[in-house]
Amino acid sequence: MRSLRLNVNGDTLDTAAPSHWTLLEVLRYKLGLTGSKQGCDKGDCGACTVLVNGKPVLSCLTLAANAEGKDVQTIEGLMPAHRANGGQGADPIQDAFDRCGALQCGFCQPGMMLSARALLTENKAPTKRDIQDALSGNLCRCTGYTQILQAVETALVDEVGGDAPTPCWASCATNLGPAKGKTEPIQGGGV
Amino acid sequence: MAARDNHGTGAPWGGDFEMIGKSHRKVDGLAKATGEAIYADDIVLPGMLHAKTLRSPHAHARIRSIDTSKALALEGVHAVITGESMPTKYGVIPWTPDENALAVDKVRFIGDEVAAVAAIDEDTAEAALRLIEVDYEVLHAYFDPLEALQRDEPPIHETKKNNNVSKRVELEFGDCAAALEASDVVLDNEYSFHGSTHAAIEPHCAVARFAADGLLTLWSSTQITHYVHRALSHVLDVPPQRIRVIQPCLGGAFGGKSDPFSLEFCVAKLAMETGRPVKMLWTREEVFYAHRGRHPMQMRYKTGASKDGRISAVDANILIDGGSYSSFGLVTTYYSGQLLTGPYDFPNYHFDSTRVFTNKPPCGPKRGHGSVQPRFAFETQFDELAVKLNIDPIEIRRRNFQGTDTKTVNGQRVTSNGFMECLDQVEAASTWKDRRAKLPFGQGLGVAGSMYISGTNYPIYPNPMPQAGIQLKVDRSGVVTIFTGGNDIGQGSNSVVAYLVCEELGVELDHVRVVAADTDLCPVDLGAYSSRVTFMVGNATIDACRKLRSQVVEAIAAEWECDPKRVRLVRGVALDLEDPDRFIGMREAFHIAEAKFDTLGSTGSYNTPTLGGDYRGGTIGASPAYSFTAHVVEANVDEETGRITVPKVWCAHDCGRALNPMLVAGQIEGSVYMGIVEALMEDHKVNRFGLHSGPSLLDYRMATTIDTPDIEAYIVESIDPEGPYGAKEAGEGPLHSSIPALGNAIFDAVGVRLRDLPFTPAKVLAGLREKRETEEKLETGMDAAGVGDN
Ligand code: FES
Ligand code: FES
Repeated sequence: MRSLRLNVNGDTLDTAAPSHWTLLEVLRYKLGLTGSKQGCDKGDCGACTVLVNGKPVLSCLTLAANAEGKDVQTIEGLMPAHRANGGQGADPIQDAFDRCGALQCGFCQPGMMLSARALLTENKAPTKRDIQDALSGNLCRCTGYTQILQAVETALVDEVGGDAPTPCWASCATNLGPAKGKTEPIQGGGV
Repeated sequence: MAARDNHGTGAPWGGDFEMIGKSHRKVDGLAKATGEAIYADDIVLPGMLHAKTLRSPHAHARIRSIDTSKALALEGVHAVITGESMPTKYGVIPWTPDENALAVDKVRFIGDEVAAVAAIDEDTAEAALRLIEVDYEVLHAYFDPLEALQRDEPPIHETKKNNNVSKRVELEFGDCAAALEASDVVLDNEYSFHGSTHAAIEPHCAVARFAADGLLTLWSSTQITHYVHRALSHVLDVPPQRIRVIQPCLGGAFGGKSDPFSLEFCVAKLAMETGRPVKMLWTREEVFYAHRGRHPMQMRYKTGASKDGRISAVDANILIDGGSYSSFGLVTTYYSGQLLTGPYDFPNYHFDSTRVFTNKPPCGPKRGHGSVQPRFAFETQFDELAVKLNIDPIEIRRRNFQGTDTKTVNGQRVTSNGFMECLDQVEAASTWKDRRAKLPFGQGLGVAGSMYISGTNYPIYPNPMPQAGIQLKVDRSGVVTIFTGGNDIGQGSNSVVAYLVCEELGVELDHVRVVAADTDLCPVDLGAYSSRVTFMVGNATIDACRKLRSQVVEAIAAEWECDPKRVRLVRGVALDLEDPDRFIGMREAFHIAEAKFDTLGSTGSYNTPTLGGDYRGGTIGASPAYSFTAHVVEANVDEETGRITVPKVWCAHDCGRALNPMLVAGQIEGSVYMGIVEALMEDHKVNRFGLHSGPSLLDYRMATTIDTPDIEAYIVESIDPEGPYGAKEAGEGPLHSSIPALGNAIFDAVGVRLRDLPFTPAKVLAGLREKRETEEKLETGMDAAGVGDN
């Protein structure tokens, strides 16, 4: 056992855990912050990504003790931080992921969104390739990544302005039936 | 209102849809985005123990004895169980129960579950596993399905009559041999499909609690709550009313969480023994061994056709490597033949499929269950036919289109069918006519088409009850709560039922709550498999809504003393169509209805019509509706290294009415990704000892944002007469033809025909070498004959 003093989402928290426990284990099983997910426990999937001093880090490969004295941000901290800065609703990244359909099973997404958060905080004009690179350590098995990339571009527009990307599904429906359903770009925020 | 009633394909109130056909947020999207959503491993109960599984190190062995005494003596260990404590066999298909929660007498693959330990923490449980002594008598292990078919000693399952054959299905429609004989051309080739696994990012996890009053509650990452409920009752010998199964938020499944799994029985049993809650979370490595993924198949196809490219007969011979247990294998074996009979017309068809056991991780249903492999073989051969006859590959597919409202050669009813529009879409979007066969060497385009079921008539265990049920409850706050047994596995089924309720009852999305996949609270639904949820649960939802709606409308009409036809529920209000000033909020409308009819609520259900061919197995593959897909894939092949890259995929999918096009596009994109990646990168295989070749997400090689092709998804809506507002499936169909379209694109790029998956650089290089040699031979042959000098 080792006592730990961690700074997580702005709070200083005292806890204790076996000395070989990773940051992921301590977050999930000691601090109750279960938003960070474990997909592999060996650095392959990125589901456990958290921000340590603003940089994406695999918490399953980080000893909890090594996170002492650093700022840890988990998915649970994104919305409160956004609100503390005067924002409304969830963080623009979270909101855009929801609006763009990027959250299928959602299991990869806490890590994915934190990687995206780190990118957009640092780089206000990323190219598509920059976004792909920044998310390349986060595996998603559901989406084929298309709507995820779209969500990051959408969040960027929300944060810095500009033209919203055209959703991939906006103009692609061929309706053969007698009663035509309309296909429209997604309605922002209204639902 | 009977379960089989159709509710029409139009908007419930006539005119345009309010909710349907537009993109909306999911009901659980923000909960997932903020980390609030609870998945199985997020559950922590007071006093909870942690369990671990001891697994077989041998691929095939008899268990002489197990000694658990040392493990039990370890401090912190609360219980150790072995197969003895749960000897009843089970299987998801009731006709083939050949699994045990923990091995009894024998182990049949490396990783087979032998014992389980519950301890105060995972480390202690792990340490205890090392203290369990198992005496094995190692037996000959089978890794080659052909050997397993030919050799019968030692059998993998002693109880099997036919040695290692798990299932054989042979069916003939028409006279295949005669038709092949009479064909202008006959192609005869062998194809093989490798194994692949689901690799959902969430590993399997289950938590059980056994209460003092005898109620056993299981939270499990399952996609079929109802079958787990039945299997637990059967294996643990606990009556079903004392078991409650709950599926928390699920981190992906793709078929890999359809079987009842060892860990579900183990945590339940351990909780019952210790009186404490027990959790088991599998490691990623364990998930690879638990598998139930895509069956490897060796396939021989003969296709006969006329000179103008019309198919006269198809003859298929398929050897299916089932791995060590039956799982869904009976259905897989049927599906391998039954689901090929669209979107083209085959006048004559014969298939002979045999599934054999081997000592490998058991195979089961993976996205596109049983039909992705034959689709690959057939669509590749179809391309070969087009090349041979010098017909454009899209054109040859058009020529063989089966049409709408028709019957397939094996007796399946096909109603709506948008396959031709799918072909048109991908042909136009990919600028096929300008580019196919005209791109520089090393670049190519390939096409393929497919069909898939929207749910199955075959309910796994025969019963006359509905396949899907829904309950609605209306609260005085104005909230409508939907109780559904359907399993949302990420595809968004909980959101779909909410959209339907909004459309029908005119409530806003934030006035709808969904309670799902809890056997105590929700009516039975058969779960998330065979692409059944939107179609079946959707129809049940509309059924329930119509009953409730008529009550509300009637009550309002009575209140307003007007004809009920004038009352419309829309956008959160009840309004009088003829007096725009008269409207009330839905909350008030519900109050009026409750005052008139007492507590409000309704149930709805859906069952399939009687369908299927009139022969044994004729209902397997019968579906109330079929989806259709066409893909064009662009491939680049490096001549020097054999490396294949896929810059772009166009996929058009006929899903009937797209209830939420954003979710449909997500299903198409996810399917295309999964198909292309399993063809190029993944391989679920074991070495000569039966050890998995790379049971980690890194070694298994899944595509990242960088390796995934650009995917363009097109939605084709052939409004289905029986689907909810005309909807069909979108989750599995769009995977099928991506793989043969890729193979066909590789052929267009470099003239090498790859008939064996996965498509690796080595195979491309071997193909190029062979092609060069043939060309050289041809040249020297021509030289020797003096042809060249002429
Ligand atoms: S859990 Fe940390 S990378 Fe997979
Ligand atoms: S949304 Fe399921 S793994 Fe990414």
